[in-house]
Amino acid sequence: MRDMSKIVKITALVVLAPLITFGLYIIAHGHLTPGGGFQGGVIIASCFALLFIAFGKQSKHMLNKELLSVAESLALFGFVFLALLGLRKSFLNNFLANSGAMFGASVPFGTKEAYINTAGTIPLMNILIGLEVSCALTIIMLLMLNEKVSKHAGK
Amino acid sequence: MLENKKALLFALLILQNANFLVAICLVLFGLYALLFKKNLIKMAIGIAIIASGINLFLISAGYRKGGVAPIFTEATIKASEAETRMVLPTPQALTLTNIVISLAVTALMLSLAIRIYQQTGTLDATKLGRLDEL
Amino acid sequence: MKAAKIIFVIIFAYFLIACALLLRPFGSPTETTMDEYFIKNAQIETASNNVVASIVFDYRGLDTLGEATVLFAAVSGVILLFRGGVPK
Repeated sequence: MRDMSKIVKITALVVLAPLITFGLYIIAHGHLTPGGGFQGGVIIASCFALLFIAFGKQSKHMLNKELLSVAESLALFGFVFLALLGLRKSFLNNFLANSGAMFGASVPFGTKEAYINTAGTIPLMNILIGLEVSCALTIIMLLMLNEKVSKHAGK
Repeated sequence: MLENKKALLFALLILQNANFLVAICLVLFGLYALLFKKNLIKMAIGIAIIASGINLFLISAGYRKGGVAPIFTEATIKASEAETRMVLPTPQALTLTNIVISLAVTALMLSLAIRIYQQTGTLDATKLGRLDEL
Repeated sequence: MKAAKIIFVIIFAYFLIACALLLRPFGSPTETTMDEYFIKNAQIETASNNVVASIVFDYRGLDTLGEATVLFAAVSGVILLFRGGVPK
């Protein structure tokens, strides 16, 4: 895959930071507004897709495949660990909600104002799932970018 | 006169269920691509189209006439009528699951297609021999 | 072979369309007890304004765990497929 012109490269780098910030916003407000871990993770992965399109083969050295796969595995492990922490009542129990601790403020029925300090384990799970989805999609794109598909690939 | 009324009722039935019919059309297009095309990438596109048809069906199954999204932040309805005016949330959660799983399946299918092309130099499903000859 | 495929598609389409027209009128779901419980109790039980997020991560968390596992398995499969060069 060839790289594109200098204008495209600079524009991609300029647009990259606001797009990643938007993805992080979607992940962090998953329990208040439309969106969540999956959607924000896909937005962050699309930022890396923009990087791959603009830089072509040079972007192979920008991202570390091993680091991404370790981050993905750790995110899935953290999800299971967070689910196991609620085992005092049941698996995947939301033990932080209405407890008064971190993310533990309670919400009465029908509230229309958004308070970010609510919803218990849901924001933490959103962050972990967002990390997992973005790393997974970036690994898939990176591996497909590395493959050589020429006319005479067979014998 | 009677036949005219019958035709009108039938047209109304079709118009009312347009979402379900479009979902079925998407599933049938995907099935057509799966059954009658021989290119592996076209077959992968067919499976992706079937997945979007299923997504549309799930979302339409949970829709309420004049409903709003099941999110309380800045909702435009009163809290007392939320139960009857909000769209059903469970089909939306299942649609989210379906989207991610179809994405994973598509990525795996495309990787397999790339690998098969590298090994054999063709994407025609009828020209491929057995898998252990690769 | 091709005729059999065409007949299969036509029969399949007939049943699907019949199901769609006989299912129920679009826009008025019939069995809504579970969803009404979710809408009524999501804010009290899970303290989340977004009912869909509370279903995805709390009421039906096992679904999400399985979905994340499927994504993990797909990435593992892609890594397995592209692990080396083309063998001679």
